Amino acid sequence: MEKNNYTQQINITDELMTRINELISHYPADKKKSALIPVLHEVQDAHENWLSIELQNKVAEILEIKPIEVYEVVTFYTMFNTKPVAKFMFEFCRTSCCATRGVEDLMDYASEKLGVKEGEITSDGLFQFVGVECLGACGYAPMLQLGDFYHEKLSKEAFNQLIDDCKAGKITLHDK
Amino acid sequence: MGRKILLGKINIPGIKTYEVYRQNGGYASVEKAFKMTPDEVTEEVKTSGLRGRGGAGFPVGMKWSFIDKKSGNPRHLVCNADESEPGTFKDRYLMEYIPHLLIEGMITSSYALGANLSYIYIRGEYMWVYKTLERAIKEAYAAGWLGKNIQGSGYDLDLHVHCGAGAYICGEETALIESLEGKRGNPRLKPPFPAVKGLWQNPTVVNNVESIASVPWIVLNTGTEYAKIGIERSTGTKLISASGHIKKPGVYEIELGVSVEEFINSDEYCGGMIDDRPLKALVPGGSSVPILPAHLIYKTAAGNDRLMTYESLSDGGFATGSMLGSGGFIVYNDTTCIVRNTWNFSRFYHHESCGQCTPCREGTGWLEKVLHRIENGHGREEDIELLLSIQSKIEGNTICPLGDAASWPVAAAIRHFREEFEYHIRFPEKIKNRDHFVHEPFEKVRHLIKKETV
Repeated sequence: MEKNNYTQQINITDELMTRINELISHYPADKKKSALIPVLHEVQDAHENWLSIELQNKVAEILEIKPIEVYEVVTFYTMFNTKPVAKFMFEFCRTSCCATRGVEDLMDYASEKLGVKEGEITSDGLFQFVGVECLGACGYAPMLQLGDFYHEKLSKEAFNQLIDDCKAGKITLHDK
Repeated sequence: MGRKILLGKINIPGIKTYEVYRQNGGYASVEKAFKMTPDEVTEEVKTSGLRGRGGAGFPVGMKWSFIDKKSGNPRHLVCNADESEPGTFKDRYLMEYIPHLLIEGMITSSYALGANLSYIYIRGEYMWVYKTLERAIKEAYAAGWLGKNIQGSGYDLDLHVHCGAGAYICGEETALIESLEGKRGNPRLKPPFPAVKGLWQNPTVVNNVESIASVPWIVLNTGTEYAKIGIERSTGTKLISASGHIKKPGVYEIELGVSVEEFINSDEYCGGMIDDRPLKALVPGGSSVPILPAHLIYKTAAGNDRLMTYESLSDGGFATGSMLGSGGFIVYNDTTCIVRNTWNFSRFYHHESCGQCTPCREGTGWLEKVLHRIENGHGREEDIELLLSIQSKIEGNTICPLGDAASWPVAAAIRHFREEFEYHIRFPEKIKNRDHFVHEPFEKVRHLIKKETV
């Protein structure tokens, strides 16, 4: 795994640990590893949406598995981030149905509006946008994912509103 | 109006909650099943003719009958809610709006299989649906429909929802099992099949959300009644996810056998084409199935009406037909560039290939690159044959069907729209902008191809 200079404050709160234990309880006692993906989601959500090597090692320790077993999963699944991301990451679905209904124009607009290219983080650390593969919202295109939620049937106006709502603290990222 | 056996209750206020669901006849199939033997429940499902709704269309009752009961190992039912096939968003709709229907189906089906520990595997992006299901499962536990000795029947079942983290491949059942075990989603070699060695090497059945949600109705009303809906070997109702250039995109429950023409044009379903523009192409069953050109959509090559059934949509084989697949129904009008759309699909498969088999890992990348250069005006005369050569070398040469799924759309696009590929290669200056067919649809420039070669 790539070593980098990003640092992350690790904080496994009691509340988070309770949730982790609840997830572990969903599997037979000798199959703790099965909880890995759900646990990584919870841990990532509680750590500004990314997983440092140190944090991944911590997850390995909790689940009593080898660190490599965590690394290989984290790098396989696209929802896990291995470096810092913006507070609000807009993930636009770019697959056929959304492309057919104008997502490419909308992503160009997002780039212009935010002043960054795809994947870059705005200087205030607030925003970032990326194109991702089919999110299963084909009938409600174009759309994007923000945290745990979808924002569908988007227009430029609706996207502007979303940015305003993010800045105004009106957006809930996770359903806990 | 067709019968609605899955979505019939979806508009009842509060149906998401246990109380309202139960007041409206919810969980009755579990009560009925407990008065039957597990094998009798399986027989009803066999009689119904219900076919797997995830895409492959394999008979559900038969799949259940393969589960190994002799070894004495614990058995599991795993619901495949990974729904990631482009064009498909039906399972999400069902789970979001009537989650207890899936839970009821899981209990009845797990009872039939003799499973005491079952899971719903949902894609990670559907996180709010994961939470909806988690809450519904807690309600079901509290009401005594899950846990030990359910409703005094002596049957125990634990049910949990498990989330993925963004990988199309986890919709393939053995990759899904790997992922549920906390690993990368690499498909397994078969045999052994999951019915013998699945989750944690135990006998396992993996079924799609819609398949499992159909079981309560079948158990309550009998398989014979279910088999009366639909035609031929396409029994029952099917959820269709309709998207693209239609007036009313969304999820529709149809009785199998409705004509494609009616489905696209009637106000009950898609409501016709946006701006009444001409229909150009249809992907009827999710991105993996062959695309159909306009003249093969409403009629088969033999001149019969094309119907929304497994048989009619595949009539003519790959030469002139397609597949019902997952019911991901994507409609394209004349502003669509088939080359661009094919490149888009190839990019998807390249991104989603797990990398385990060389033909798929390398081949999907090649397909994407060659299509990208054609779409961007750098195509070469030999590229069309090159694409066909690459796709034929992926098809059938991989552990799982992702390789086939990546090859078929390319082969079908060239089969039916070859002139459009030639146009891109011969007139690069005309396709500079990505919306090249929006202002000047291909039909208007097709004559250029007919002229003598440059």
